[in-house]
Amino acid sequence: MSLRPATAEPRWVRTLLLTITMLFLAAFLVTPLVAVFTEALRKGVAAYFAGFDDPAVRSAIKLTLLTAGIAVPVNVVFGLAAAWSVAKFEFPGKSLLTTLIDLPLAVSPVVSGLIYVLVFGLNGWLGPWLKAHDLQVIFAVPGIVLATVFVTLPFVARELIPLMQEQGTEDEESALTLGASGWQTFWRVTLPNIRWGLLYGVILCNARAMGEFGAVSVVSGHIRGKTNTVPLQVEILYNEYNFVAAFAVASLLAMLALVTLAAKSFIEWRMTSAPASPAVPGDPT
Amino acid sequence: MSITVENIRKSYGAFQALRGVSLDIPDSQITALLGPSGSGKTTLLRIIAGLEKPDEGSGPIRFHHEDVADRRVQERRVGFVFQHYALFKHMTVFENVAFGLRVRPKHERPANDVIDRKVHDLLKLVQLDGMAHRFPSQLSGGQRQRVALARALAVEPRVLLLDEPFGALDARVRKQLRAWIRRLHDEIAITTIFVTHDQDEALEVADRVVVMNEGRVEQAGAPEEVFHDPATEFVMNFLGHVNVFDGRIEDGKVTFASVQIEHPVALESAAGPARVFIRPHELSLHLLPRSDSLPATVTGIHAAGPAVRLTLAAEGDHTFSADISQDVYRALKVAVGAKFWVLPKDLRVFPGGAPDSDRL
Amino acid sequence: MRLPRRQHSVLPGFGLTLGFAVVYLSLVALIPMCALFLRARGLGWMGFWSTVTEPRVLAACRLSFGAAFIGATLNAVFGFIVAWTLVRYRFFGRRFIDALIDLPFALPTAVSGIALTTIYAPNGWIGRALEPLGIKAVFTPRGVVIALTFIGLPFVVRTLQPALEDLEADVEEAAASLGASRPQTFRRVIFPAIVPALLTGFALAFARALGEYGSVVFISGNLPGKTEIAPLLIVTQLEQYDYAGATAIAVLLLVISFAMLLLINLLQRWSGRRHLRGM
Repeated sequence: MSLRPATAEPRWVRTLLLTITMLFLAAFLVTPLVAVFTEALRKGVAAYFAGFDDPAVRSAIKLTLLTAGIAVPVNVVFGLAAAWSVAKFEFPGKSLLTTLIDLPLAVSPVVSGLIYVLVFGLNGWLGPWLKAHDLQVIFAVPGIVLATVFVTLPFVARELIPLMQEQGTEDEESALTLGASGWQTFWRVTLPNIRWGLLYGVILCNARAMGEFGAVSVVSGHIRGKTNTVPLQVEILYNEYNFVAAFAVASLLAMLALVTLAAKSFIEWRMTSAPASPAVPGDPT
Repeated sequence: MSITVENIRKSYGAFQALRGVSLDIPDSQITALLGPSGSGKTTLLRIIAGLEKPDEGSGPIRFHHEDVADRRVQERRVGFVFQHYALFKHMTVFENVAFGLRVRPKHERPANDVIDRKVHDLLKLVQLDGMAHRFPSQLSGGQRQRVALARALAVEPRVLLLDEPFGALDARVRKQLRAWIRRLHDEIAITTIFVTHDQDEALEVADRVVVMNEGRVEQAGAPEEVFHDPATEFVMNFLGHVNVFDGRIEDGKVTFASVQIEHPVALESAAGPARVFIRPHELSLHLLPRSDSLPATVTGIHAAGPAVRLTLAAEGDHTFSADISQDVYRALKVAVGAKFWVLPKDLRVFPGGAPDSDRL
Repeated sequence: MRLPRRQHSVLPGFGLTLGFAVVYLSLVALIPMCALFLRARGLGWMGFWSTVTEPRVLAACRLSFGAAFIGATLNAVFGFIVAWTLVRYRFFGRRFIDALIDLPFALPTAVSGIALTTIYAPNGWIGRALEPLGIKAVFTPRGVVIALTFIGLPFVVRTLQPALEDLEADVEEAAASLGASRPQTFRRVIFPAIVPALLTGFALAFARALGEYGSVVFISGNLPGKTEIAPLLIVTQLEQYDYAGATAIAVLLLVISFAMLLLINLLQRWSGRRHLRGM
């Protein structure tokens, strides 16, 4: 959008608004980010890396990777299935379904964890049965994975649904008239059309899966070296006043956040500059 | 490959898109489905293609003599060109055209060099041979249209179905492409159906025109037939500009706007209201009174064109238009306010009163 | 011709995909949530009422609501200025700042929590400046507000940006040509047009703030009755095996979440935008 002199604010107003924006964002966004790295490096590079030289930290990283490694793929499958049915077909209850998909975003992370405690916990619905079969979900890895799956459930679906709705069904119908089967149509036509949106959803889903704190905290039981994810390990180190190590581990997550933001901006740029194909007026032939 | 459909019905909720359509599409000709939006023409095309299922109780859809109503879209071997082309954006022109060959089951799939040759032949046919490695976004609208056509032809379809093939193009390209499609068809002679709402397009390109309205076929016939001998008021109204008068039939004569004329329709019909349709070019202007012409005053002149269009007002607030040649216009010294006797050289009479909503 | 109720019956996979989506959603989300409501029914109405009216619970709810409201309000004001600046002005680093707005979404809440605590502590970068003014941020309700403002900012900015971009230049030019001053144009033309988006952003930020846990627990100090928020109280009661108490507060939060979701849906319908970016 170009500046419109006829309807622009006076210079002093613009300067004022710009200053407020900068100060507000500096106080709330930039300083916390800078603080993470400064605190982590407060006692030098050696101390920074010493923070990772801890079996508990390493096992937390492993658990976080495992959790995201499960939660992201299953939610990709769910997102694709939900988006295909919602975007390509008409059926009663469609808007209810899309609302329910957004539900985990509205629920407090703590409540997200609690509901699994009430189902799988010792005195939960399935608690006695699980105990009888010597299975543990709560205060164990399965509970952490489940809680993470719950909080990250909407991310892929809510990126894909509007995108696929916008794209309509002509491309798929076209592939069918040319003799392609359902799977061929999906792999060769639909998937390439939604690849950037899918990647976008995966990146958001992954960031949340690796960073989730509240829900995981409730179901984990904080068993060091066993049921601690990276964010939980940050909390433990911080509460033990081991600030350098806490911020060193936190800096990993902060870097993940920065990579996520960069990837997000890149994909947004790709998606807006991607060649749309409206009819071009004028035919050179 | 001729196509026959019988009693095709389709509704979306309460909306009836097709109310029992039966149609014969002759072999190796271009047929136009012509009608306003909502007339069901696109729905009919999609049903023939297999992209839409007709309602229960609909009759068969025959390709030649084979009923394909239960065949899936992949098995019908139709070439379908979508209104907005539906080219696969992530594939080159070459890959778009090759798609239908590449998705065949392994044992039916042609070898790569066969595909290569075939795609290049098709691109030559649609005059895009140099564009094989471009992406759809790098093409103009008319070029995309032709890629879509080549892609549809690659699977050697039994019929070619085009949904508003010229709809998304600008006026100049449309004209070129119409003539080109006509020539292409003369070359490959495949049974072709295209949907359009543009009467000029239908009349110029098609061998046969099917006029549709509100889910029904109003008339099917050669372009001259539907234009000169419209079967219904709707066809009369839809094809070209027309003057409509409310009149009466009595004693074998039709009366409207102070004129009384003998007419074959009037002889056959009982007395009652009637609607009289006269095209502007079927009126001529005269200086002297005649019993079968009506007096009218010129209220407007539009002379910038091959013919001169006059707006005339007759007694009783009848406004209508007449087309006269530039020569006659000069010879008669027509001016606003001048009075003439207007003679209908030809007219059509449909017994019955005005419909609730006038379609003009 | 595009009909609104066309059924794309020829595309395959409807039963498979819808069936999978519904079963998955039920197993992962709906059935566990039902467990919460069933457990709450076991409390009985009286049990529920006596739990949520305990002074400690009331204090926690008051703090959660109050701080979320103040945080969302601050975000509505400053978020508007930020969105306006980003949409209307061209300046060095604009794209970078625009990308940074989503930081509270992307940064794990535990990291935000410890970082904010460090900065606003009396010896932190900003806390040091506040201390001479007699303002104590960390371990007070103010700290809760700071964390909830941080967490809610992207909601307001990201909702307002498209609304501001959609404003057509010619409407403002028309107002100017009719003799309206710039403040008049803003008050009578621009502001009314973006009110729905502003309210939606406010509601989203408020809803998120109500349930927020990770970024608050470090900065608040967690003093029962003083700086203890409702989600934290659930965790505390769970750690003390007080399932009944935890369930009652969770149901209260969940019902409010549903109400907010409904309200946000209505607001979005009003402002004509269904899907908003957000984490």
